[in-house]
Amino acid sequence: MYNRKDKAIAFLMISPSLILLAIFVYFFIGQTAWYSVSDWGIDPATALKKGVEKNYVGLDNYHTLISSASDYEFRLAFISTFYFTIFFLSSCLILGFFLAFLLDQRIKGEGIFRTIFLFPMSLSFVVTGTIWNWLLKPKGGLNILPNKLFGTDPLEYKWLNSDTTLFKFEWLKGGTLFYLGIALFTFALFTYVAQKRNLSGFWVVIAGLVLWLISAAGFWDKIWVPIDDPVRDIGTYQGYGYSAALSGIVIAATWQMAGYVMALFLAGIRGISEELREAARVDGCAEWQVYTRIILPQLRPIALSAIIILGHISLKIFDLVYAMTGIDNKYVKVPGILMLKGFRSNEWARSSAVAMVMLFAISLVIIPYLWSNLRTEKQS
Amino acid sequence: MNAQRDARTLTRSLWRVAAYGLLILMALIFLIPVYMVVVTSLKEAAEAGREATAWDLPSKLNFESFETVWNDLSPNLRNSFLLVTAATAISALVGSMNGYVLAKWRVPGASIFFPLMLFGMFIPYQAILIPLFKFMDNVNLYGGLPGLVLVHVVYGIPITTLIFRNFYVDIPNELLEAGAIDGAGFFGIYTKLVFPLSLPGFVVVVIWQFTQIWNEFLFAVTLVKDRWQPITVPLAETAGGISVDWNQPMAGAILAALPTLLVYIIMGRWFIRGLLAGSIKG
Repeated sequence: MYNRKDKAIAFLMISPSLILLAIFVYFFIGQTAWYSVSDWGIDPATALKKGVEKNYVGLDNYHTLISSASDYEFRLAFISTFYFTIFFLSSCLILGFFLAFLLDQRIKGEGIFRTIFLFPMSLSFVVTGTIWNWLLKPKGGLNILPNKLFGTDPLEYKWLNSDTTLFKFEWLKGGTLFYLGIALFTFALFTYVAQKRNLSGFWVVIAGLVLWLISAAGFWDKIWVPIDDPVRDIGTYQGYGYSAALSGIVIAATWQMAGYVMALFLAGIRGISEELREAARVDGCAEWQVYTRIILPQLRPIALSAIIILGHISLKIFDLVYAMTGIDNKYVKVPGILMLKGFRSNEWARSSAVAMVMLFAISLVIIPYLWSNLRTEKQS
Repeated sequence: MNAQRDARTLTRSLWRVAAYGLLILMALIFLIPVYMVVVTSLKEAAEAGREATAWDLPSKLNFESFETVWNDLSPNLRNSFLLVTAATAISALVGSMNGYVLAKWRVPGASIFFPLMLFGMFIPYQAILIPLFKFMDNVNLYGGLPGLVLVHVVYGIPITTLIFRNFYVDIPNELLEAGAIDGAGFFGIYTKLVFPLSLPGFVVVVIWQFTQIWNEFLFAVTLVKDRWQPITVPLAETAGGISVDWNQPMAGAILAALPTLLVYIIMGRWFIRGLLAGSIKG
């Protein structure tokens, strides 16, 4: 079967795809990287000229993003995405597991329930965003639902226009622990993925999260000198932190994706043999202990897959935010939106830098995952 | 002993009642947006805009929103259908061929370029948007549907290849070797042995690509001119507006959601398979 001619044909047949991907993925990423260290479009007058000369400016664009007062939006967007990811992931995982757990109780009509929990997955983020936009109107929607159902006072959340910022911290100065937390978290993710089933990785994650919470909740400023923020004078300044306006987007995204986690977990639970569970029961495990001792530990690889898949979706969240808040919401900033804004106003270099930061964040999550997945596959 | 067993059966049945109760509650919560979208789309413009009565049933059924939206958006629906049909068909064929090569032919370098290929499906497309835009402009593909089809086919290669590869790996090699002994070459084996077995793979891939491309927004909003925009673009724009009659965006949302929703309801099993294929065994 494997004669040389046929092998050559095989390679010939796959090479167009390889060439296309080499250009459309890697060459284009390379170009974006080059734009991000150039001055293309910094002067708006030259932005649209054909064949305009682009000069190398080093990491200037990145430096501006991190430190200049006018790019305050970018930092807020970066931090928003981080918080968004944390809240979106945890709510999806908890809700998804809860639903899978309920469906695992030998339920009649399981198919119907599964269909209901999973159908939002088939919708576009734009559709979801449109619907939830309406559901989150301050004087209607969810706010008046308790009133309609139980006659209690209507709620008064401002949802997408909420100007509150929670878990504040200072950028670059007081936020050392914040960055330490991120660093530890990343490190843990790498080690965990690299040596599957390594428990120490898990504890590092917990430690990282605790440190991060301490700093995010503002305790850091109480035990250390609070430092003035360089951009406090800007009118739109509201502090770096979790913008409460994101909560509505977290809810909508969870509504859409929790069913996916449920499906993953349910497939995993069904893959655990009934004998194993029965054996645990015979050994005196209560029903809930069967879950904590037998099922949850076996679901860890699946939970990790879910975290990675949802994590990368959330790090590049864009359509949903666009449909819910439009492009200019004062309190909701995510990198995807800023990049589009820059794209539309021909700020090529700056929006390339934003895009490269997004790519970097997502690579941190995806590359270890791909690597370990392919490695285990090779072993089996 | 009996009393203990009774107690245990009792708790168990109580627990089952509770589980049903919780499931029904959760199902109702998940369906809230569905209720809202249907009710609002059936109201008249003025009534639909009133936030205080958002949960009330329409005072009288009114289909004018669907009429308006249909008139406004049917060109976009047509664009979406054209785009999705072409892009899905091409990328399924490409994916099938690639999957066959990767699963059954030991191509040199596969262990290096396969992961590089897969990485392509996770990247944020913002990271290639500017060069892509320039490129499309240079080759005169900016603005119309053919360009958008090309883009979706190219960025669909990783996932379609992955699904088909994992699908073909399960076809026993002996079967193909038997074919090879009968004198079939690369294409003979594909057309006579592999392709006829591929229907389930094609169903999964077609559903996946159909849903993804139909729902896609970033390329749709940046790479085509107004008259060729797929449905997601005008939908996102109407909802983003400040003062809108909410019956129209809701009717638009229903129109935009129906095709993928129908596919999901009719072929849910295959849809889920695609979902799982995209994550496990990446």
